[in-house]
Amino acid sequence: MEKFILKYFNLIRTIIAILIGFVISISLILLVSKDSFAALGYLFLGPFGSISRMGNIIELATPIIFCGIAIAIPFQASQFNVGAEGTFFISAAFGTAFALIIQSLNLPRFIYVVVVLAFAGLMGALWGFIPGFLKAKYRANMVVLTLMLNYIAYFISIYLINYHFRDKSAGFLTSYRLPDSVFLKQIIPNTRIHIGFLIAIAAVFIAYYFLYHTTLGYEIRMVGFNFHFAKYSGIDVFKVIVLSSMIGGIFAGIGGMSEVMGIHRRFLWQSLPGYGWDGVVVAIIGRNNPILIMFAAFFLAYLRIGGQVLNLLSDVPYELVSVIEAIIILLITAEAFLENIKYRITVKEAEKEVFKNESPS
Amino acid sequence: MATAISLKDIVKVYPNGVVANKKVSLDIEEKTIHAIVGENGAGKSTLMKIIFGIEEPQEGEIYVKGKKVNFKTPLDAIKQGIGMVHQHLMLAEDLTVVENLTLGIEPRKYKIFLDKKRANDLVKGYVEKYKIDVPLDKKVKELPIGVKQRVEILKALLRDVDILILDEPTAVLTPQETEVLFKSLKELKSQGKTIIFISHKLKEVKEIADKVTVMRDGKVIATDDAANLTEHDIARLMVGREVSFERLEEGKNIGNVVLKVENLNYINREKVQVLKNINFEVRAGEIVGIAGVEGNGQTELVEILTGLKEASNGTVYVFGKNIVNKSVREIREMGVAHIPEDRMKNGVADKAKIKENLISDRYYKKGFSKKGILNYPYIDSTSNELVKKFNILAPTIDAPVNALSGGNIQKVVVARELSSNPKVIIASQPVRGIDVGSEELVHNFIKDARDSGCAVLLVSADLDEILKLSTRILVIYNGEIVKTFNKVEGLKGEDLGPYMLGVKRGE
Repeated sequence: MEKFILKYFNLIRTIIAILIGFVISISLILLVSKDSFAALGYLFLGPFGSISRMGNIIELATPIIFCGIAIAIPFQASQFNVGAEGTFFISAAFGTAFALIIQSLNLPRFIYVVVVLAFAGLMGALWGFIPGFLKAKYRANMVVLTLMLNYIAYFISIYLINYHFRDKSAGFLTSYRLPDSVFLKQIIPNTRIHIGFLIAIAAVFIAYYFLYHTTLGYEIRMVGFNFHFAKYSGIDVFKVIVLSSMIGGIFAGIGGMSEVMGIHRRFLWQSLPGYGWDGVVVAIIGRNNPILIMFAAFFLAYLRIGGQVLNLLSDVPYELVSVIEAIIILLITAEAFLENIKYRITVKEAEKEVFKNESPS
Repeated sequence: MATAISLKDIVKVYPNGVVANKKVSLDIEEKTIHAIVGENGAGKSTLMKIIFGIEEPQEGEIYVKGKKVNFKTPLDAIKQGIGMVHQHLMLAEDLTVVENLTLGIEPRKYKIFLDKKRANDLVKGYVEKYKIDVPLDKKVKELPIGVKQRVEILKALLRDVDILILDEPTAVLTPQETEVLFKSLKELKSQGKTIIFISHKLKEVKEIADKVTVMRDGKVIATDDAANLTEHDIARLMVGREVSFERLEEGKNIGNVVLKVENLNYINREKVQVLKNINFEVRAGEIVGIAGVEGNGQTELVEILTGLKEASNGTVYVFGKNIVNKSVREIREMGVAHIPEDRMKNGVADKAKIKENLISDRYYKKGFSKKGILNYPYIDSTSNELVKKFNILAPTIDAPVNALSGGNIQKVVVARELSSNPKVIIASQPVRGIDVGSEELVHNFIKDARDSGCAVLLVSADLDEILKLSTRILVIYNGEIVKTFNKVEGLKGEDLGPYMLGVKRGE
C-alpha cells in the first residue's frame, strides 16, 4: 500500500486536491444558494447535461490545448514565459488577413486550408523568435518580454483588422467574413466541434513525439534540466532557446487560426480571449507533458462549462465559479501540498527496508 | 572520564528515502580529539548535523554532558556549548576579521553603537588564550583559506563552546597549513576542549586523534583508541575490504605531444589577470598533474581548454590544431573529454534519466539517432553496457541521476567521458567527494585510458591523488605555473606545499 502511494503520489495528490476543491466549492454553494442542491447538480453534472454542452467542453478545450503546448515547449527548456496569448492573437489576425488576401486565387479547399494554417504557424514562429532571440542574446527576462510582447501583438492585430480588414457592413467591429472554402468543418452535428479539435489532438501527439523522441526535443529538455550541463556537453544553448520559443509559437499560431476558421469564421476579438493564460495553467498542471496537458485542458474546460451552466440556471454568480476554479488549480499546483505525508511514508518504508533483517540492537 | 556527547540509536531518513543513519550509538569523551572517518555517504556528516541541530533525527536520543537534549536549530546547540566549523566556511567576506568574530555578540556603547575597541580587546584576549593567530583588521576575503578557517574556529570559541565539530577541515588546506591547524587543535585540547574531527585522510587521523570511530553505510563499525589502529586497519574497516594506496606504475609508451598550451592568458571581467603566460604540453600516454590550492586559476584553465571560456590570448593546440575559442562541440569532436570539477553543475542533469545523461555528447551521432529521431533501442543497449562496464550501481538506466549516490553519479560522468574514445582527457578533481571504492575505480579507468594512449591532464587540489597518478607535476600559483617536477617518484606533499603557497618559485 505505502509503495503504491509513493509510486503514484503525484496522481493521488492531484485527485485529493480536486476533491478538496470540490468540498470547498460545495460549501460555498451551500452558503450562497437558496436551492443549493440543484446548483451543485448544474455545476458538476451540468456539463454532461446534453450533447451540445459536452460539445462546448471540447470546443473550449481545443484552443487551450494548443496554448498549453505552446507554453510547455519553452517551459521544457526552462524558459518560463506567458507568450502564447499574444502569439495566438497576432497569428490569428495575420492569418485572417492572409486568408482574405489570397481568397482571389481560388485555391482548392484542402490546399487553401493547409496554406492558411501554415501561414499562421509561420507567423507564430516569427513572433516566438522575438522573445527567444532577445532572451538568448541579451539575457532579457522572458516573463517580462512575453508579457510586453502580448500588448504589442494585441495592438498590432487590432490595428490591422480595424483599419485594413474591417467589414463595414457588419454591425460591430470585425474583419470580413472568411470564404467558405477555408472553414474548418464541423465534425459532430449539433455542436461546434470542428476539424481544429482533431488538429489539436494530433498536435498533442506530435509535441510529445517531438519532445521525447527527437534530438532537438532532447536538447530542449537537457537545457531545461541543467543549462550548464547542456553547454558543457556541447549543446548550442543559444539555438535551443530560440528554437524552443519559435516551435511553441507554431502551436499557438495554428491554434489561433484554427479557432477563427472553425468557430467564428471572422476575426471578431476586440480584446485578448485569455486562452494563452489558460495555456500557462494547463502547462503547469500537466507538468509540461503534452498528453497530461490535454487532460488538464479538458478538466479546465469542464470546470468552465459547469460554471456557465450554473450561472445560467441558478442564483450562484459566475464570480464564485472563478473562485472555485482558482482554488482547485491552486491546490493542484502547490508542490509542497501533502509533502509531509509523503515524507512520513517514505521514512516508514525506508526504515522497514533497512531494519527488516536486523534484530533491534 | 566523563562523556561530552552521547548518542543513542540515532535514525535519520531524508525526504528522498535515503537512510543516512541506521541506529547509530556513539560516546564522545571529554577533552579528547575524536576522529570520525568513513567513505562519503557513510553518514558522518549527517550525524554531525544532528549533533549541531541542523537536522532532526527521526529516532534516537542525544545527551550532552549527561543531559538529554532536543535541538531544533543550531542556536540550541550553541547554547549547550557545541560549535561547528563547516567544510564550506560561513563568513561574511566583506567584513573584517573582528567584525566577523563578534557578529551577533558585538560589544555596544549606549546599547546601540558598536564599541570597536572593546570588540578588538575581546578578540585579542581569545587569540592570546588559544594561541590562534589571525590578522584582526583585514577583510576576510583577503585571507588565504587556512586563515579563514582559523577565523571560523575562533568564531566558535568566542561563543564559549567547549565541544568543537570540524567537518573535513583539511580538505582545502596545504600540508603546511594543516600542520598549523593541528597545532591549534592540540592547544585547544590541552585547554579542556573536546574536538570532533571528520576526515577521510587516514594519515591525519592517526596523527591527531585520540579516538577513532569508523562509519560505513550509516552504521558505526568500530570505535577504538587511535593507537590501537593502523592506517591500514582503518582503511579496511571503512571500505570493508583491502585497498591499495600504492602509486600507479608509470606509463610505458609515452608518445608525441597531443595537447600543447602556449602563452595562454586570461583576464576576467573584473580586469583581474587570472592566468599568466601558461605554457605546457601533454604527450600521449602520460598524465600531467596540475597541483595547486583551489582558486589559483585552475577552473579557468580547464574551462578554456574545453571551450567553456574564451581565452584573452594565447594558443592551445590539440594535434597541432588551435582550439582556442572554438565551440565546445568542435573541441569534443577533436577527441577532448572533460571530467568537470563540479559534477552536479556541469557533469549531469540530475533530474534526467541516467541514459539521457550518458548520451549528452553523442545523441546526434550515427546510431544514437537518425535524421533527428532518437534511436532508443540502441541508446538503451549502449547505456546498459556502460552501466555494467563502469560498475554504476543503479536500479535501471531509466532512473533519474539524483537517485544515485555521489560516487555513482561521478561514475556516470566518467563513463560518458571515457567512452567517447577520447585522445585528450581533462580531468578536474575527478574523485572529489566520492568514496574510496569508487575513487579506486575512477583512478583505474583514467590509468587504462592513459595506457591506451590518451594524453591526460589531471587538475586536483588533493595532493595524494596528484602524487599517485601523475607522470609529471606542474604547480600553479596565482595563475602561473611556478614549478615543474619532471620526476614524481619519491616526491612528497611537503615538497610541493611551498610552491603551492607561493613561498618558493621554481626555475
